[in-house]
Amino acid sequence: MKKNLSISLRLTLVMIVLCAVVYPLVIAAVGKLTPGVGKGQTEKVNGKVVGYSNVGQKFTQDKYFWGRPSAADYNAAGSAGSNKGPSNPDYLQLVQDRINSFLVHNPGIRKEDIPAEMVTASGSGLDPHISPASAFIQVKRIAAARGLAEEKIKSLVDAHTEAPLAGVFGPSKINVLQLNIALDELK
Amino acid sequence: MTGEITGVVFTFLLTLLLAYPLGKYIARVFSGEKSFMDLMNPAERFFFRVSGIDPKEPMNWKQFLKAMLTINMLWLVYAMLLLVFQDKLPLNPDGNGGQTPDLAFNTAISFLVNCNLQHYSGESGLTYFTQLFVITFLQFVSAATGIAALAGMLNGLKHKTTQNLGNFWNLFTRSITRILLPLCIIGAVLLAFNGTPTSFDGKDTITTLQGDSVQVSRGPAAGMIAIKHLGTNGGGWFGTNSAHPLENPNYFTNILEMVMQVVIPVALLFALGFYLNRRKLARVLFGIMTLGMLCLLIPTIMAEVGGNPAIEKMGITQATGAMEGKEVRFGPAASAYWSTVTTIISTGSVNSMHDSSMPVSGLMQLLGMMINAFYGGCGVGILNYLIYIIIAVFISGLMVGRTPEFMGHKVEAREVKIAALVTLLSAFLIKGFVALAAYMVAHHPEMAWAVKPGSWLNNPSYHGFSEMLYEYTSANANNGSGFEGLGDNNVFWNVTTGIVLLLARFIPIIGPVAIIGLLANKKFIPDSPGTLRIDSWTFGIMTFAVIIVINALSFFPALTLGPLAEYFSLY
Repeated sequence: MKKNLSISLRLTLVMIVLCAVVYPLVIAAVGKLTPGVGKGQTEKVNGKVVGYSNVGQKFTQDKYFWGRPSAADYNAAGSAGSNKGPSNPDYLQLVQDRINSFLVHNPGIRKEDIPAEMVTASGSGLDPHISPASAFIQVKRIAAARGLAEEKIKSLVDAHTEAPLAGVFGPSKINVLQLNIALDELK
Repeated sequence: MTGEITGVVFTFLLTLLLAYPLGKYIARVFSGEKSFMDLMNPAERFFFRVSGIDPKEPMNWKQFLKAMLTINMLWLVYAMLLLVFQDKLPLNPDGNGGQTPDLAFNTAISFLVNCNLQHYSGESGLTYFTQLFVITFLQFVSAATGIAALAGMLNGLKHKTTQNLGNFWNLFTRSITRILLPLCIIGAVLLAFNGTPTSFDGKDTITTLQGDSVQVSRGPAAGMIAIKHLGTNGGGWFGTNSAHPLENPNYFTNILEMVMQVVIPVALLFALGFYLNRRKLARVLFGIMTLGMLCLLIPTIMAEVGGNPAIEKMGITQATGAMEGKEVRFGPAASAYWSTVTTIISTGSVNSMHDSSMPVSGLMQLLGMMINAFYGGCGVGILNYLIYIIIAVFISGLMVGRTPEFMGHKVEAREVKIAALVTLLSAFLIKGFVALAAYMVAHHPEMAWAVKPGSWLNNPSYHGFSEMLYEYTSANANNGSGFEGLGDNNVFWNVTTGIVLLLARFIPIIGPVAIIGLLANKKFIPDSPGTLRIDSWTFGIMTFAVIIVINALSFFPALTLGPLAEYFSLY
């Protein structure tokens, strides 16, 4: 018993140094070589950081593409999904309200064309992406708000559509922040 | 949608492709044969000398378990102390407070036992110091404990008659230096290059494009995320785990993290085949476990891709499936695959919110954890499966009227009793505590705990019941995922799940190791034409049937009240 305890104490110290000190420091050192130097990749406008490439932001103005509903209100100090079950009546009412609100802000679109992800909250509350369909359905609103031709905005959406991994695996998607930055630069 | 299914198939095949050579290598590590990782020899010799370990000292099953339990209890005390006093320790750039004693009790046990239930959110509930010195540390050593326990069991089976299960300290240390750590470094570097933070900087405050002021939590996360998967731990750096875009930035990292969590459990199956020189047994085990996985996976993918019927009724098409609680970059198929593997393999990390899954998926997630032996956690999955094997051996023996045998040793009353008790324990812990929690919700909704029982549930009706059932099932399986709507950071949940965690970790390790220790001590009986061949497909199917029967008898009523009732109310 005494021998086990003595070994346990000493081996624990060894493993703390190995797993909690040496290992993270090695990874932190390697991290300095990565594009975001280990602090997270950022997006800049005129040299000023306007956000993290991978972290979604709240867009409520008509002139921007909107991201998905968020249970964390896009404040990345935390992160949260709604954790609402599929049969929860309050939740289903909330989805119905989102559908109604989306139709009000995007006149002229049909309800069945609204992609599901625009009326459901993401897992992290920080989802940086929407599907191409979710972007195209907002083009009309943005064109009107900015006084730009729809075709111009559509081609911007096309240019920002990220293909599946290696062209085959997983969904196509669009980074909303990057798309909106490009939208601001559009003349 | 095709691309998403191909993505899942590709991920599974890639896992197998990597698991086979890894299994071969792990068998070499267990037997101490030469390998390219002998470059760790000087470091290991140094560790052993500093710790006063003689790596060649033999241990019988009792000595083996004593060593394991002593060091585990030490970690429990160490982790609790650090968590309570974390606000007084360095590396706390965000100024987070200490954990309450009941939360620290739960967190320390949870990570000690490889479960990683998290009744806090990583952004606010821990400091960088405790993320590394408690969480990351325990993620390594708890996984290594499981692997070492499995190695001890294999040592007992390898020799015809033996007392020696090998040296626990040696097997434990080598599991870290030769298996977990090298793989983690590869995984963490890949994550870092895909955008997961690694630096020690605290929260950043930014003004968004639209002009809002928000903060972004960061920290040295990449290393922890690698071991959280390779060690089948599952506890996330951030609150929403691998749904968080910094914890799992893109589809590539999603594949990487799914491969990392499955590769060691599958490799250990192959390692068993190589190490015991019973490759056919490994093939049969792998086949039956894969069959089990597919039975859970296919309905899950169908349910998630099909979308929520209640939302369909509102006139929404859901071409991208059921998206509540899911991320666009993964989509429903990869989220469904993740939810299946994370529940059968006791990882418990998530890339979508399980609370928002369709009822069928919730059912499959619960079943995966209740069975807990389709691949299963690092080392312990095979130990759990062994219990089912012993019961199947016993029942088969009764059916043909012979004394049951397992690998050349007679299985007698004592071993069967241990196996039966371990099996019954799950049903007892899960259903007993769910009943208690449901009683509190129904009859004492105003109890003055941090979260009153009346506010525990985030969803009404059947789904609310599922939240409680899921929490104890996850604790019992040492899984760690949750229906996270449950208000679980209060003294009731912290203490009760803590008790379930401890019992459900160590009894299912002690049981199988004791069985093997007892069997290995008995006279070896050579195979004869009348021997029950456990490496035959017939016996594999028999074990599969035993698994289904035991779990159906134990849990069907509880599942009826939760996900099954919700299913019939929704469709």
